[in-house]
Amino acid sequence: MKVRIKFAKSGIARFIGHLDVMRYFQKAVRRAGIAIRYSGGFSPHQLMSFAAPLGVGITSHGEYLDIEVEDDEETASMKERLNQVMAEGFSIVSCLVLPKESGNAMSMVAAARYTLAFRPGYSPENAKDWFRSLVQFYEQKEVRIAKKTKKGEKEIDLKPLIYQISAEVSNDPFFSETSDSSEIAPAFPVLSMLISTGSTENIKPELVLDAYYQHLGQERPAFAFIIQREEVYARQSPESSNNAGAFLPLEAFGIRPSHGQGGCLE
Amino acid sequence: MKKLALSDEILLSIQQPARYIGGEVNMIVKDPSQVDIRFAMCFPDVYDIGMSHLGIQILYDMFNRRKDTYCERVYSPWVDLDKVMREKNIPLFALESQEPIKNFDFLGITLQYEMCYTNVLQILDLSRIPLHAADRGEDDPLVIGGGPCAYNPEPLADFFDLFYIGEGETAYDRLLDLYREHKQKGKGRKAFLEQAASVPGIYVPSLYNVEYHEDGTIKAFVSNTPFAPVKVTKELVMDLDHVSYLEKPLVPYIKVAQDRVVLEIMRGCIRGCRFCQAGNVYRPLRERGLDYLKEHAKKMLISTGHEEISLSSLSSSDYTHLEDLVSFLMEEFQGKGVNISLPSLRIDAFSLDVMRQIQDVKKSSLTFAPEAGSQRLRDVINKGLTEEDILHGAAQAFHGGWNRVKLYFMLGLPTETVEDMEGIALLSEKVAETYYDEIPKEQRHGKVQVVASSSFFVPKPFTPFQWARMCTKDEFIERANIVRRKFREMKNFKSLKYNWHEAELTVLEGVLARGDRRVGAVIEEAYRQGALFDSWSEYFQNEIWMNAFADCGVSLDFYTTRERKLDEIFPWDFIDAGVSKEFLVREWQKAMQEEVTPNCRQKCSGCGALQFKGGVCHESKN
Repeated sequence: MKVRIKFAKSGIARFIGHLDVMRYFQKAVRRAGIAIRYSGGFSPHQLMSFAAPLGVGITSHGEYLDIEVEDDEETASMKERLNQVMAEGFSIVSCLVLPKESGNAMSMVAAARYTLAFRPGYSPENAKDWFRSLVQFYEQKEVRIAKKTKKGEKEIDLKPLIYQISAEVSNDPFFSETSDSSEIAPAFPVLSMLISTGSTENIKPELVLDAYYQHLGQERPAFAFIIQREEVYARQSPESSNNAGAFLPLEAFGIRPSHGQGGCLE
Repeated sequence: MKKLALSDEILLSIQQPARYIGGEVNMIVKDPSQVDIRFAMCFPDVYDIGMSHLGIQILYDMFNRRKDTYCERVYSPWVDLDKVMREKNIPLFALESQEPIKNFDFLGITLQYEMCYTNVLQILDLSRIPLHAADRGEDDPLVIGGGPCAYNPEPLADFFDLFYIGEGETAYDRLLDLYREHKQKGKGRKAFLEQAASVPGIYVPSLYNVEYHEDGTIKAFVSNTPFAPVKVTKELVMDLDHVSYLEKPLVPYIKVAQDRVVLEIMRGCIRGCRFCQAGNVYRPLRERGLDYLKEHAKKMLISTGHEEISLSSLSSSDYTHLEDLVSFLMEEFQGKGVNISLPSLRIDAFSLDVMRQIQDVKKSSLTFAPEAGSQRLRDVINKGLTEEDILHGAAQAFHGGWNRVKLYFMLGLPTETVEDMEGIALLSEKVAETYYDEIPKEQRHGKVQVVASSSFFVPKPFTPFQWARMCTKDEFIERANIVRRKFREMKNFKSLKYNWHEAELTVLEGVLARGDRRVGAVIEEAYRQGALFDSWSEYFQNEIWMNAFADCGVSLDFYTTRERKLDEIFPWDFIDAGVSKEFLVREWQKAMQEEVTPNCRQKCSGCGALQFKGGVCHESKN
């Protein structure tokens, strides 16, 4: 049986790199007493796969991993059992059984939504206007930028990889947890973007900033932004277009337990 | 969410920020304002090493069981952060509360190896605690040292307010109770230290004066107050089943050296190897009960989620219930993705059988520690392993499918001759030959691979070799070359590999191991000139140390190559480590006669550990 786990990463957990998050969950699953399945061979490993690596320093409301569990595993209590063994900054949002035919999280990932705010001390006088100008900049037909790849650099057009971008206002407490000062106001201007993610065209939110800074003839200050991932998406169907509406959160592919099922749901 | 001591800008520009944020699974959270005693527990090396140390975890757990105490952790900031902290004037902080160490009541530093001594000064310096205990005021934490190097604390005497000699479980409660009482009554630092000196196992260096002879040896080592005992007796736990042992070890996020549950099955060793400090100072051997270990193995695997458990002791094969314990662990946890690792095992039919069941034979290699290349020298060091044992064990292993063998040796042992040195190559060759003799061509899995490594011998306090002359750097290198040349002559040269350790580092370790109070100035000078992380070969700078010796007018040879007389007063003689000086002298003389001493289970050698009234000394001997 395949289970998709959605978790949030906030506060100090943002400093835990992807490989360490993987190790963390391998141990967490064991602490929670989940009957995870193992691969065969002389050094068996857990059947566990993560959707999309998250950079160090970034918080998230929507991270995913899929695990393979024994068929008699009690999935209704899994979220609670995992939450009982989480360390500060990690929390389980949902644990949902996947239909047999469902693809794994990593191969499904097509897009991710990010929210960006200025780190206290780095904000221009009017952050709202600054974000609006950035959004305006992306109204042009084509935005070319050099992207670093494993082989070197290649020039790409960012425009078709940005599915949605807008200047907004947020009051998410994750942002004040992420900042080392408490200067962040109750409602503060942010930049929201839905961008291509995954194995085919993976772009980072910083690249979207970099193109704008390049246009301004400036260098992006290294620590100017607090970044948060909000959700990771797959295409509704392989033929879907690139409209923002054509994406579904990875969570949506799980089977919601019907209420009253089992005896342990509160 | 807690406030971090380091800004995001810093944490995102250094390696492994997770070293500095705390928050690991099983971390203890308390409100610092609700406790009487704040204790910062330090391992003076990088987090990855420090977090792998069992002793600190035991004490961390034990201290935090006290309602009046909050014990937190601190490790050496790695070189990248060290630089930033100095530039930006950031005080060193504890991982749990992220608050400066300077605010604590105690800073406890474990001393596991000599080459961490400059890191001790880094910790004090970055914490803004005066390096010298004499310069500290009422607001500074009390700096207490412990661990194996506290068996000769003298090179660090100036930098510590007190030392705890021996195992931590027994007397810390008394010390902390005493401290709380003093703090509540507002009595000062000096009064506390005087009282602390009468707690068993506690050594307060400022209460003792040292006088020297003209030749530089110690004339007298005397207490300067009636509060300080003449001898400080090491502390040890006699009933290991009735002391607190941790059930919820911390689980680091980053991959550290020891990424597994460590189950300590016993303390001490019956073997009596004459070079080994641990085998002497942890006497007598004391075992934990089988039920106790079963229960703790389960609890720790569940509370950590680790996928490996390792048995820890100086010589696991000597544990009475080893077979029962191992079969329990295999039945209980194999198939649940838990690996079992068994270091320090003697190679015999049982251990080979166990190893075959728990690990991939193709990937693993077998390790023997003959320590010396000839039987004559193995008798000198009282290493009970014979050539026959090794070759027989290797043959069994080869039949079991192994074809890689590691051999550990020491060079520079007392009485060592060219023959002994060449014996390292000859023994390695014999192991390789055994493979080709025993295993028919069609059954071989490729070539045999024998890797021999030698470290250089450092005489340690409280061993029969504490009187031994140590080699110079050039002598060490010459001896390694003799071994290397002999290896080239071997018929199976292509199946053999020989490595040796760094000589310069070893010489320095020798000075610090048997140093006295005058060596403290050299450590401080080396630190001021930039020595740090000396145990990391990429950061070790021998020139700095050589300059420091010259600048302080301290002779390196005095501590290493000098011949010591039997009646010399050693800097560590004020400690009663359990083994008597008479026993050590006897063993030293027997070593020179190439005479072996039976192990504790064969025959009592009257080492002195009987005074503790327990452990192997009181096992019934049939």
